[in-house]
Amino acid sequence: MSLQVIMFMILGVGAIVTALGTITRRNPVASAMNLVAHFFMLSGLYLTLQAQFVAVVQVLVYAGAIMVLVVFVIMLLNVGKEEAHHESFTIRKVLGLVFAGAIVVQMLAIYLGSSPSAMSQLSSKSLTLGATESIGTVLFNQYLFPFEVISLLLLSALIGAVILAKRKVD
Amino acid sequence: MDSIAQTIDAVLYWLAQPNILNILVLSVAKGGLVLNIILVIAAFLVWLERKVSAWMQYRDGPNRVGPFGLLQPLADVLKLYTKEDISPKNADKFFHRLAPVISIAIAISILCVVIPATYIYVGPEKLKFYFSVAPNVNVGMLVILALTSIGVFGVTLAGWSSNNKYSLMGGLRSSAQMISYELSMGLALIGVLMIAGSLDMNNIITSQANGKWNIFFQPLGFIIFLVASFAETNRAPFDLPEAEPELVGGYHTEYSGMKFGLFYLAEYANMATSSAVLTTLFLGGYDAPFAKELLGLQDGTLLMVLVQFGTFFAKVFALLFFFIWVRWTLPRFRYDQLMNLGWKVMLPLSLANILVTGGVMLLLKQFGIL
Repeated sequence: MSLQVIMFMILGVGAIVTALGTITRRNPVASAMNLVAHFFMLSGLYLTLQAQFVAVVQVLVYAGAIMVLVVFVIMLLNVGKEEAHHESFTIRKVLGLVFAGAIVVQMLAIYLGSSPSAMSQLSSKSLTLGATESIGTVLFNQYLFPFEVISLLLLSALIGAVILAKRKVD
Repeated sequence: MDSIAQTIDAVLYWLAQPNILNILVLSVAKGGLVLNIILVIAAFLVWLERKVSAWMQYRDGPNRVGPFGLLQPLADVLKLYTKEDISPKNADKFFHRLAPVISIAIAISILCVVIPATYIYVGPEKLKFYFSVAPNVNVGMLVILALTSIGVFGVTLAGWSSNNKYSLMGGLRSSAQMISYELSMGLALIGVLMIAGSLDMNNIITSQANGKWNIFFQPLGFIIFLVASFAETNRAPFDLPEAEPELVGGYHTEYSGMKFGLFYLAEYANMATSSAVLTTLFLGGYDAPFAKELLGLQDGTLLMVLVQFGTFFAKVFALLFFFIWVRWTLPRFRYDQLMNLGWKVMLPLSLANILVTGGVMLLLKQFGIL
Protein backbone atom coordinates (compact mmCIF):
# COMPACT_ATOMS: atom_id res chain seq x y z
CA MET A 1 0.00 0.00 0.00
CA SER A 2 1.27 3.43 -0.84
CA LEU A 3 1.45 6.23 1.70
CA GLN A 4 -1.43 7.92 -0.06
CA VAL A 5 -3.74 4.94 0.44
CA ILE A 6 -2.77 4.65 4.11
CA MET A 7 -3.44 8.34 4.68
CA PHE A 8 -6.74 8.04 2.84
CA MET A 9 -7.79 5.14 5.09
CA ILE A 10 -6.90 6.98 8.31
CA LEU A 11 -8.47 10.28 7.25
CA GLY A 12 -11.54 8.64 5.71
CA VAL A 13 -12.31 6.58 8.82
CA GLY A 14 -11.64 9.67 10.96
CA ALA A 15 -13.99 11.74 8.83
CA ILE A 16 -16.79 9.18 9.13
CA VAL A 17 -16.32 8.74 12.89
CA THR A 18 -16.33 12.49 13.56
CA ALA A 19 -19.31 13.02 11.25
CA LEU A 20 -21.23 10.38 13.21
CA GLY A 21 -20.09 12.08 16.41
CA THR A 22 -21.50 15.36 15.16
CA ILE A 23 -25.03 13.99 14.73
CA THR A 24 -25.11 11.64 17.72
CA ARG A 25 -23.73 13.82 20.54
CA ARG A 26 -26.42 15.30 22.79
CA ASN A 27 -24.12 18.03 24.06
CA PRO A 28 -24.11 20.84 21.45
CA VAL A 29 -20.50 21.87 22.14
CA ALA A 30 -19.29 18.27 21.80
CA SER A 31 -21.21 18.06 18.55
CA ALA A 32 -19.62 21.28 17.27
CA MET A 33 -16.12 20.15 18.21
CA ASN A 34 -16.69 16.88 16.37
CA LEU A 35 -17.57 18.92 13.31
CA VAL A 36 -14.34 20.89 13.69
CA ALA A 37 -12.39 17.62 13.80
CA HIS A 38 -14.34 16.49 10.74
CA PHE A 39 -13.26 19.60 8.81
CA PHE A 40 -9.66 18.80 9.69
CA MET A 41 -10.07 15.28 8.30
CA LEU A 42 -11.58 16.67 5.09
CA SER A 43 -8.73 19.13 4.84
CA GLY A 44 -6.28 16.23 5.13
CA LEU A 45 -8.15 14.40 2.36
CA TYR A 46 -7.78 17.45 0.10
CA LEU A 47 -4.06 17.44 0.86
CA THR A 48 -3.73 13.84 -0.33
CA LEU A 49 -5.26 15.08 -3.60
CA GLN A 50 -2.59 17.84 -3.85
CA ALA A 51 -5.16 20.61 -3.36
CA GLN A 52 -3.21 22.63 -0.79
CA PHE A 53 -5.12 25.86 -1.19
CA VAL A 54 -8.52 24.24 -0.78
CA ALA A 55 -7.24 22.26 2.19
CA VAL A 56 -6.01 25.32 4.06
CA VAL A 57 -9.07 27.39 3.19
CA GLN A 58 -11.27 24.56 4.46
CA VAL A 59 -9.66 24.94 7.89
CA LEU A 60 -9.43 28.74 7.73
CA VAL A 61 -13.04 29.37 6.73
CA TYR A 62 -15.04 26.46 8.11
CA ALA A 63 -13.15 25.36 11.20
CA GLY A 64 -11.63 28.71 12.05
CA ALA A 65 -14.37 31.20 11.25
CA ILE A 66 -17.77 29.55 10.92
CA MET A 67 -17.37 26.99 13.71
CA VAL A 68 -15.94 29.60 16.06
CA LEU A 69 -19.12 31.61 15.49
CA VAL A 70 -21.26 28.52 16.04
CA VAL A 71 -19.51 27.70 19.32
CA PHE A 72 -19.77 31.37 20.27
CA VAL A 73 -23.54 31.36 19.75
CA ILE A 74 -23.95 28.07 21.63
CA MET A 75 -22.09 29.60 24.56
CA LEU A 76 -23.98 32.90 24.42
CA LEU A 77 -27.36 31.17 24.46
CA ASN A 78 -25.98 28.69 27.01
CA VAL A 79 -27.69 25.76 25.31
CA GLY A 80 -27.76 22.84 27.69
CA LYS A 81 -27.83 19.15 26.89
CA GLU A 82 -30.64 18.39 24.52
CA GLU A 83 -33.28 16.34 26.33
CA ALA A 84 -33.88 12.89 24.94
CA HIS A 85 -37.09 13.59 23.09
CA HIS A 86 -39.53 11.14 21.69
CA GLU A 87 -38.72 10.12 18.14
CA SER A 88 -41.67 10.05 15.79
CA PHE A 89 -41.92 9.24 12.12
CA THR A 90 -43.11 12.28 10.21
CA ILE A 91 -43.35 12.82 6.48
CA ARG A 92 -40.17 14.94 6.69
CA LYS A 93 -38.14 12.12 8.10
CA VAL A 94 -39.42 9.67 5.50
CA LEU A 95 -38.51 12.12 2.71
CA GLY A 96 -35.10 12.64 4.29
CA LEU A 97 -34.45 8.92 4.32
CA VAL A 98 -35.54 8.63 0.66
CA PHE A 99 -33.21 11.42 -0.48
CA ALA A 100 -30.30 10.15 1.58
CA GLY A 101 -30.83 6.69 0.12
CA ALA A 102 -30.91 8.15 -3.39
CA ILE A 103 -27.52 9.84 -2.84
CA VAL A 104 -26.00 6.59 -1.55
CA VAL A 105 -27.30 4.71 -4.61
CA GLN A 106 -25.94 7.40 -6.95
CA MET A 107 -22.50 7.37 -5.36
CA LEU A 108 -22.35 3.58 -5.46
CA ALA A 109 -23.39 3.64 -9.12
CA ILE A 110 -20.61 6.10 -9.96
CA TYR A 111 -18.05 4.19 -7.93
CA LEU A 112 -18.94 0.78 -9.40
CA GLY A 113 -19.36 2.12 -12.91
CA SER A 114 -15.97 3.81 -13.19
CA SER A 115 -12.80 1.94 -14.01
CA PRO A 116 -10.52 1.65 -10.96
CA SER A 117 -7.42 2.82 -12.81
CA ALA A 118 -8.92 6.23 -13.45
CA MET A 119 -9.33 6.85 -9.74
CA SER A 120 -6.12 5.41 -8.37
CA GLN A 121 -3.88 7.88 -10.17
CA LEU A 122 -3.60 11.62 -9.84
CA SER A 123 -3.21 13.64 -12.98
CA SER A 124 0.29 15.02 -13.41
CA LYS A 125 -1.20 18.49 -13.63
CA SER A 126 -2.86 18.21 -10.20
CA LEU A 127 0.12 19.67 -8.34
CA THR A 128 -0.02 22.96 -10.26
CA LEU A 129 -3.81 22.99 -10.43
CA GLY A 130 -4.11 22.90 -6.65
CA ALA A 131 -1.72 25.81 -6.13
CA THR A 132 -2.95 29.24 -5.14
CA GLU A 133 -1.77 30.87 -8.39
CA SER A 134 -3.82 28.70 -10.71
CA ILE A 135 -6.97 29.03 -8.61
CA GLY A 136 -6.51 32.80 -8.51
CA THR A 137 -5.95 32.99 -12.25
CA VAL A 138 -9.10 31.02 -13.04
CA LEU A 139 -11.15 32.84 -10.42
CA PHE A 140 -10.23 36.34 -11.60
CA ASN A 141 -10.38 35.67 -15.33
CA GLN A 142 -12.80 32.95 -16.30
CA TYR A 143 -15.15 33.25 -13.31
CA LEU A 144 -14.78 36.95 -12.53
CA PHE A 145 -18.46 37.78 -13.01
CA PRO A 146 -19.87 35.00 -10.77
CA PHE A 147 -17.19 35.85 -8.21
CA GLU A 148 -18.27 39.50 -8.05
CA VAL A 149 -21.96 38.56 -7.99
CA ILE A 150 -21.34 36.28 -5.01
CA SER A 151 -19.60 39.11 -3.17
CA LEU A 152 -22.63 41.33 -3.83
CA LEU A 153 -24.88 38.57 -2.50
CA LEU A 154 -22.82 38.33 0.68
CA LEU A 155 -22.89 42.11 1.06
CA SER A 156 -26.68 42.21 0.80
CA ALA A 157 -26.94 39.43 3.39
CA LEU A 158 -24.66 41.42 5.67
CA ILE A 159 -26.73 44.59 5.29
CA GLY A 160 -29.91 42.58 5.83
CA ALA A 161 -28.56 41.17 9.08
CA VAL A 162 -27.61 44.63 10.32
CA ILE A 163 -31.07 46.02 9.50
CA LEU A 164 -32.82 43.12 11.23
CA ALA A 165 -30.67 43.56 14.32
CA LYS A 166 -31.20 47.35 14.36
CA ARG A 167 -34.97 47.08 14.17
CA LYS A 168 -35.12 45.19 17.45
CA VAL A 169 -33.06 47.78 19.28
CA ASP A 170 -35.08 50.81 18.15
CA MET B 1 38.00 17.04 13.54
CA ASP B 2 37.69 16.43 9.82
CA SER B 3 36.49 12.87 10.33
CA ILE B 4 33.72 14.05 12.71
CA ALA B 5 32.58 16.60 10.16
CA GLN B 6 32.61 13.90 7.48
CA THR B 7 30.57 11.52 9.62
CA ILE B 8 27.99 14.21 10.37
CA ASP B 9 27.88 15.05 6.69
CA ALA B 10 27.31 11.40 5.80
CA VAL B 11 24.55 10.98 8.39
CA LEU B 12 22.78 14.15 7.27
CA TYR B 13 23.18 13.08 3.64
CA TRP B 14 21.57 9.75 4.45
CA LEU B 15 18.74 11.50 6.32
CA ALA B 16 18.16 13.96 3.49
CA GLN B 17 17.24 11.16 1.10
CA PRO B 18 13.54 11.51 0.45
CA ASN B 19 11.96 8.25 1.62
CA ILE B 20 9.10 7.72 4.04
CA LEU B 21 11.14 6.44 6.98
CA ASN B 22 13.64 9.31 6.86
CA ILE B 23 10.88 11.86 6.56
CA LEU B 24 9.15 10.41 9.62
CA VAL B 25 12.36 10.26 11.67
CA LEU B 26 13.38 13.77 10.68
CA SER B 27 9.93 15.24 11.34
CA VAL B 28 9.79 13.75 14.82
CA ALA B 29 13.32 14.95 15.60
CA LYS B 30 12.65 18.45 14.30
CA GLY B 31 9.32 18.54 16.14
CA GLY B 32 11.19 17.76 19.35
CA LEU B 33 13.60 20.55 18.52
CA VAL B 34 10.76 23.05 18.06
CA LEU B 35 9.22 21.94 21.36
CA ASN B 36 12.51 22.58 23.10
CA ILE B 37 12.93 25.96 21.42
CA ILE B 38 9.48 26.94 22.67
CA LEU B 39 10.18 25.76 26.22
CA VAL B 40 13.50 27.58 26.39
CA ILE B 41 12.10 30.79 24.89
CA ALA B 42 9.07 30.70 27.19
CA ALA B 43 11.20 30.12 30.28
CA PHE B 44 13.51 32.93 29.29
CA LEU B 45 10.54 35.22 28.54
CA VAL B 46 8.99 34.62 31.95
CA TRP B 47 12.26 35.70 33.50
CA LEU B 48 12.64 38.63 31.11
CA GLU B 49 9.09 39.82 31.73
CA ARG B 50 9.61 39.90 35.48
CA LYS B 51 13.03 41.51 35.18
CA VAL B 52 11.90 44.19 32.70
CA SER B 53 8.75 45.01 34.68
CA ALA B 54 10.84 45.31 37.82
CA TRP B 55 13.29 47.55 36.03
CA MET B 56 10.46 49.78 34.81
CA GLN B 57 9.03 50.03 38.32
CA TYR B 58 12.34 50.61 40.14
CA ARG B 59 12.37 47.17 41.72
CA ASP B 60 14.94 44.39 41.63
CA GLY B 61 12.78 41.57 40.32
CA PRO B 62 13.75 37.92 40.82
CA ASN B 63 17.33 37.77 42.11
CA ARG B 64 17.54 34.87 44.54
CA VAL B 65 17.38 31.69 42.42
CA GLY B 66 20.57 31.36 40.38
CA PRO B 67 22.65 34.19 38.91
CA PHE B 68 20.46 37.26 38.24
CA GLY B 69 17.48 35.06 39.18
CA LEU B 70 17.89 33.18 35.91
CA LEU B 71 16.70 29.90 37.43
CA GLN B 72 13.45 31.47 38.64
CA PRO B 73 11.38 29.95 35.77
CA LEU B 74 12.62 26.50 36.81
CA ALA B 75 11.38 27.11 40.34
CA ASP B 76 8.06 28.37 38.93
CA VAL B 77 7.59 25.24 36.85
CA LEU B 78 8.42 22.98 39.82
CA LYS B 79 5.82 24.86 41.84
CA LEU B 80 3.21 24.44 39.12
CA TYR B 81 3.94 20.72 38.79
CA THR B 82 3.64 20.00 42.49
CA LYS B 83 0.45 21.98 42.94
CA GLU B 84 -2.84 20.16 43.32
CA ASP B 85 -4.73 19.93 40.05
CA ILE B 86 -8.27 21.05 40.88
CA SER B 87 -11.13 20.98 38.43
CA PRO B 88 -14.55 22.34 39.42
CA LYS B 89 -17.29 19.87 40.30
CA ASN B 90 -19.69 21.04 37.61
CA ALA B 91 -17.10 21.49 34.90
CA ASP B 92 -17.23 19.54 31.68
CA LYS B 93 -14.20 17.37 32.51
CA PHE B 94 -13.25 16.40 28.97
CA PHE B 95 -13.30 19.89 27.48
CA HIS B 96 -11.81 21.37 30.63
CA ARG B 97 -8.82 19.15 30.02
CA LEU B 98 -8.79 19.59 26.25
CA ALA B 99 -8.76 23.43 26.21
CA PRO B 100 -5.18 24.05 27.42
CA VAL B 101 -3.97 21.28 25.11
CA ILE B 102 -5.53 23.02 22.09
CA SER B 103 -3.96 26.33 23.09
CA ILE B 104 -0.43 25.00 23.38
CA ALA B 105 -0.69 22.61 20.41
CA ILE B 106 -1.70 25.43 18.07
CA ALA B 107 1.14 27.65 19.29
CA ILE B 108 3.69 24.89 18.65
CA SER B 109 2.31 24.00 15.21
CA ILE B 110 2.50 27.62 14.06
CA LEU B 111 6.13 27.85 15.10
CA CYS B 112 6.83 24.76 12.98
CA VAL B 113 5.79 26.69 9.86
CA VAL B 114 7.44 29.98 10.84
CA ILE B 115 11.00 28.81 11.57
CA PRO B 116 12.89 29.89 8.44
CA ALA B 117 13.94 27.34 5.83
CA THR B 118 17.71 27.64 6.15
CA TYR B 119 19.71 24.74 4.77
CA ILE B 120 23.19 23.32 4.39
CA TYR B 121 24.46 21.33 1.43
CA VAL B 122 25.30 17.73 2.31
CA GLY B 123 26.91 14.88 0.43
CA PRO B 124 28.47 14.78 -3.01
CA GLU B 125 25.27 15.86 -4.82
CA LYS B 126 24.82 18.94 -2.64
CA LEU B 127 21.44 17.88 -1.34
CA LYS B 128 19.72 20.55 0.74
CA PHE B 129 19.34 19.60 4.39
CA TYR B 130 16.70 21.83 6.00
CA PHE B 131 16.69 22.68 9.67
CA SER B 132 13.03 23.66 9.82
CA VAL B 133 10.15 21.22 10.24
CA ALA B 134 8.13 22.33 7.23
CA PRO B 135 10.35 24.19 4.77
CA ASN B 136 8.82 25.79 1.67
CA VAL B 137 5.15 25.21 2.39
CA ASN B 138 3.68 26.99 -0.61
CA VAL B 139 0.59 28.11 1.31
CA GLY B 140 2.63 28.85 4.44
CA MET B 141 1.07 32.18 5.37
CA LEU B 142 -2.45 30.76 4.98
CA VAL B 143 -1.53 27.84 7.23
CA ILE B 144 -0.48 30.33 9.91
CA LEU B 145 -3.74 32.27 9.59
CA ALA B 146 -5.80 29.06 9.66
CA LEU B 147 -4.05 27.75 12.77
CA THR B 148 -4.35 31.14 14.51
CA SER B 149 -8.09 31.07 13.92
CA ILE B 150 -8.26 27.57 15.45
CA GLY B 151 -6.45 28.86 18.54
CA VAL B 152 -9.61 30.71 19.57
CA PHE B 153 -11.18 27.36 20.48
CA GLY B 154 -8.73 26.82 23.33
CA VAL B 155 -9.76 30.01 25.08
CA THR B 156 -13.47 29.68 24.25
CA LEU B 157 -13.70 26.07 25.46
CA ALA B 158 -11.76 26.89 28.62
CA GLY B 159 -14.25 29.63 29.43
CA TRP B 160 -17.28 27.50 28.65
CA SER B 161 -16.26 24.23 30.25
CA SER B 162 -15.33 25.79 33.60
CA ASN B 163 -19.02 26.43 34.29
CA ASN B 164 -18.28 29.72 35.97
CA LYS B 165 -19.72 33.06 34.88
CA TYR B 166 -16.40 34.92 35.07
CA SER B 167 -14.70 32.27 32.99
CA LEU B 168 -17.51 32.35 30.46
CA MET B 169 -17.37 36.14 30.20
CA GLY B 170 -13.59 35.96 29.76
CA GLY B 171 -13.92 33.30 27.08
CA LEU B 172 -16.61 35.26 25.21
CA ARG B 173 -14.64 38.50 25.35
CA SER B 174 -11.52 36.81 24.19
CA SER B 175 -13.14 35.05 21.23
CA ALA B 176 -14.93 38.24 20.16
CA GLN B 177 -11.65 40.11 20.37
CA MET B 178 -9.68 37.50 18.48
CA ILE B 179 -12.28 37.24 15.70
CA SER B 180 -12.35 41.03 15.30
CA TYR B 181 -8.61 41.47 15.12
CA GLU B 182 -7.93 38.41 12.98
CA LEU B 183 -9.70 40.24 10.18
CA SER B 184 -7.46 43.30 10.14
CA MET B 185 -4.47 41.04 10.69
CA GLY B 186 -5.28 39.05 7.55
CA LEU B 187 -5.95 42.19 5.52
CA ALA B 188 -2.81 43.97 6.74
CA LEU B 189 -0.50 41.31 5.38
CA ILE B 190 -2.07 41.30 1.90
CA GLY B 191 0.18 44.23 0.98
CA VAL B 192 3.21 42.12 1.87
CA LEU B 193 1.88 39.19 -0.13
CA MET B 194 1.35 41.47 -3.14
CA ILE B 195 4.97 42.63 -2.99
CA ALA B 196 6.35 39.11 -2.48
CA GLY B 197 3.92 37.52 -4.95
CA SER B 198 3.87 34.35 -2.89
CA LEU B 199 2.38 32.77 0.23
CA ASP B 200 5.56 30.82 0.89
CA MET B 201 7.33 32.14 3.99
CA ASN B 202 10.72 31.57 2.43
CA ASN B 203 9.83 33.47 -0.76
CA ILE B 204 8.56 36.32 1.40
CA ILE B 205 11.97 36.44 3.11
CA THR B 206 13.97 36.23 -0.11
CA SER B 207 11.85 39.00 -1.66
CA GLN B 208 13.16 41.29 1.10
CA ALA B 209 16.81 40.37 0.61
CA ASN B 210 19.56 42.99 0.99
CA GLY B 211 17.78 45.29 3.40
CA LYS B 212 14.65 45.84 1.28
CA TRP B 213 12.52 45.07 4.30
CA ASN B 214 8.78 45.36 4.03
CA ILE B 215 8.59 47.62 7.07
CA PHE B 216 9.90 50.43 4.82
CA PHE B 217 7.34 49.80 2.07
CA GLN B 218 4.43 48.79 4.30
CA PRO B 219 4.72 50.88 7.48
CA LEU B 220 0.96 51.03 7.94
CA GLY B 221 0.64 47.28 7.40
CA PHE B 222 3.35 46.72 9.98
CA ILE B 223 1.63 48.87 12.60
CA ILE B 224 -1.76 47.25 12.02
CA PHE B 225 -0.26 43.78 12.14
CA LEU B 226 1.65 44.62 15.32
CA VAL B 227 -1.43 45.96 17.09
CA ALA B 228 -3.48 42.97 15.94
CA SER B 229 -0.75 40.68 17.30
CA PHE B 230 -1.09 42.29 20.70
CA ALA B 231 -4.82 41.62 20.57
CA GLU B 232 -4.36 38.06 19.31
CA THR B 233 -2.00 37.17 22.13
CA ASN B 234 -4.35 38.75 24.70
CA ARG B 235 -1.63 40.94 26.09
CA ALA B 236 -1.86 44.43 27.50
CA PRO B 237 -3.27 46.84 26.43
CA PHE B 238 -5.65 44.21 25.02
CA ASP B 239 -5.72 41.85 28.00
CA LEU B 240 -9.45 42.25 28.63
CA PRO B 241 -10.10 38.50 28.62
CA GLU B 242 -8.21 38.25 31.88
CA ALA B 243 -8.90 41.69 33.36
CA GLU B 244 -8.44 40.93 37.06
CA PRO B 245 -10.59 43.70 38.57
CA GLU B 246 -13.64 42.66 36.54
CA LEU B 247 -13.26 39.00 35.76
CA VAL B 248 -11.04 37.47 38.49
CA GLY B 249 -8.74 35.60 36.09
CA GLY B 250 -10.90 35.43 32.97
CA TYR B 251 -11.04 32.15 31.09
CA HIS B 252 -8.39 30.48 33.25
CA THR B 253 -9.98 31.33 36.61
CA GLU B 254 -10.79 27.68 37.28
CA TYR B 255 -7.45 26.28 36.20
CA SER B 256 -4.69 25.31 38.58
CA GLY B 257 -1.41 23.46 38.56
CA MET B 258 0.11 22.52 35.23
CA LYS B 259 -3.14 23.05 33.31
CA PHE B 260 -2.82 26.71 34.18
CA GLY B 261 0.85 26.35 33.38
CA LEU B 262 -0.04 25.27 29.84
CA PHE B 263 -2.11 28.42 29.29
CA TYR B 264 0.75 30.46 30.66
CA LEU B 265 3.16 28.67 28.34
CA ALA B 266 0.79 29.15 25.40
CA GLU B 267 0.70 32.91 26.01
CA TYR B 268 4.47 33.16 25.79
CA ALA B 269 4.64 30.72 22.90
CA ASN B 270 2.07 32.85 21.06
CA MET B 271 4.17 35.94 21.71
CA ALA B 272 7.17 34.15 20.25
CA THR B 273 5.28 32.98 17.16
CA SER B 274 3.74 36.43 16.58
CA SER B 275 7.18 38.00 16.78
CA ALA B 276 8.55 35.37 14.41
CA VAL B 277 5.74 36.02 11.91
CA LEU B 278 6.28 39.79 12.18
CA THR B 279 10.00 39.28 11.63
CA THR B 280 9.37 37.13 8.57
CA LEU B 281 6.80 39.43 7.02
CA PHE B 282 8.17 42.87 7.77
CA LEU B 283 11.71 42.71 9.12
CA GLY B 284 13.33 40.62 6.41
CA GLY B 285 13.33 37.31 8.31
CA TYR B 286 16.89 35.97 8.48
CA ASP B 287 18.17 38.61 6.08
CA ALA B 288 21.31 40.18 7.50
CA PRO B 289 22.56 42.75 4.97
CA PHE B 290 26.15 42.41 6.14
CA ALA B 291 26.47 38.60 6.14
CA LYS B 292 27.32 38.09 2.49
CA GLU B 293 29.26 41.24 1.72
CA LEU B 294 31.29 41.76 4.88
CA LEU B 295 31.76 38.22 6.15
CA GLY B 296 31.86 36.64 2.69
CA LEU B 297 29.58 33.74 3.64
CA GLN B 298 28.02 31.43 1.08
CA ASP B 299 24.54 29.94 1.09
CA GLY B 300 24.42 26.38 2.32
CA THR B 301 27.35 26.49 4.74
CA LEU B 302 26.96 25.81 8.43
CA LEU B 303 28.30 29.24 9.36
CA MET B 304 25.70 30.92 7.14
CA VAL B 305 22.95 28.93 8.83
CA LEU B 306 24.20 30.04 12.24
CA VAL B 307 24.33 33.69 11.14
CA GLN B 308 20.82 33.42 9.65
CA PHE B 309 19.35 31.83 12.76
CA GLY B 310 21.19 34.34 14.92
CA THR B 311 19.80 37.27 12.92
CA PHE B 312 16.31 35.82 12.95
CA PHE B 313 16.22 35.26 16.69
CA ALA B 314 17.85 38.62 17.41
CA LYS B 315 14.99 40.33 15.56
CA VAL B 316 12.45 38.11 17.30
CA PHE B 317 13.85 39.00 20.70
CA ALA B 318 13.86 42.71 19.91
CA LEU B 319 10.14 42.42 19.15
CA LEU B 320 9.53 40.33 22.26
CA PHE B 321 11.18 43.03 24.34
CA PHE B 322 8.82 45.52 22.69
CA PHE B 323 5.84 43.31 23.65
CA ILE B 324 6.94 43.37 27.29
CA TRP B 325 7.75 47.07 27.19
CA VAL B 326 4.24 47.89 25.95
CA ARG B 327 2.58 45.66 28.53
CA TRP B 328 4.19 47.46 31.45
CA THR B 329 3.71 51.00 30.16
CA LEU B 330 0.20 51.18 28.68
CA PRO B 331 -3.11 50.93 30.58
CA ARG B 332 -5.83 48.51 29.55
CA PHE B 333 -8.47 49.51 26.97
CA ARG B 334 -12.14 49.72 27.80
CA TYR B 335 -14.16 47.09 25.96
CA ASP B 336 -16.03 49.47 23.64
CA GLN B 337 -12.78 51.29 22.84
CA LEU B 338 -11.26 47.97 21.86
CA MET B 339 -14.11 47.08 19.53
CA ASN B 340 -14.18 50.59 18.01
CA LEU B 341 -10.47 50.46 17.34
CA GLY B 342 -10.74 47.05 15.74
CA TRP B 343 -13.74 47.64 13.48
CA LYS B 344 -13.82 51.38 12.85
CA VAL B 345 -10.13 52.26 12.65
CA MET B 346 -7.97 49.25 11.85
CA LEU B 347 -10.27 47.51 9.39
CA PRO B 348 -10.79 50.55 7.09
CA LEU B 349 -7.10 51.43 7.36
CA SER B 350 -6.02 47.95 6.32
CA LEU B 351 -8.45 48.02 3.38
CA ALA B 352 -7.06 51.40 2.34
CA ASN B 353 -3.57 49.96 2.63
CA ILE B 354 -4.43 47.23 0.10
CA LEU B 355 -5.91 49.78 -2.28
CA VAL B 356 -2.91 52.13 -2.10
CA THR B 357 -0.40 49.27 -2.39
CA GLY B 358 -2.18 47.93 -5.46
CA GLY B 359 -2.40 51.40 -7.03
CA VAL B 360 1.27 52.17 -6.47
CA MET B 361 2.32 48.78 -7.82
CA LEU B 362 0.21 49.34 -10.96
CA LEU B 363 1.76 52.79 -11.46
CA LEU B 364 5.28 51.44 -11.02
CA LYS B 365 4.53 48.69 -13.52
CA GLN B 366 3.21 51.30 -15.95
CA PHE B 367 6.47 53.22 -15.77
CA GLY B 368 8.44 50.02 -15.99
CA ILE B 369 10.19 50.41 -12.64
CA LEU B 370 8.83 47.21 -11.13
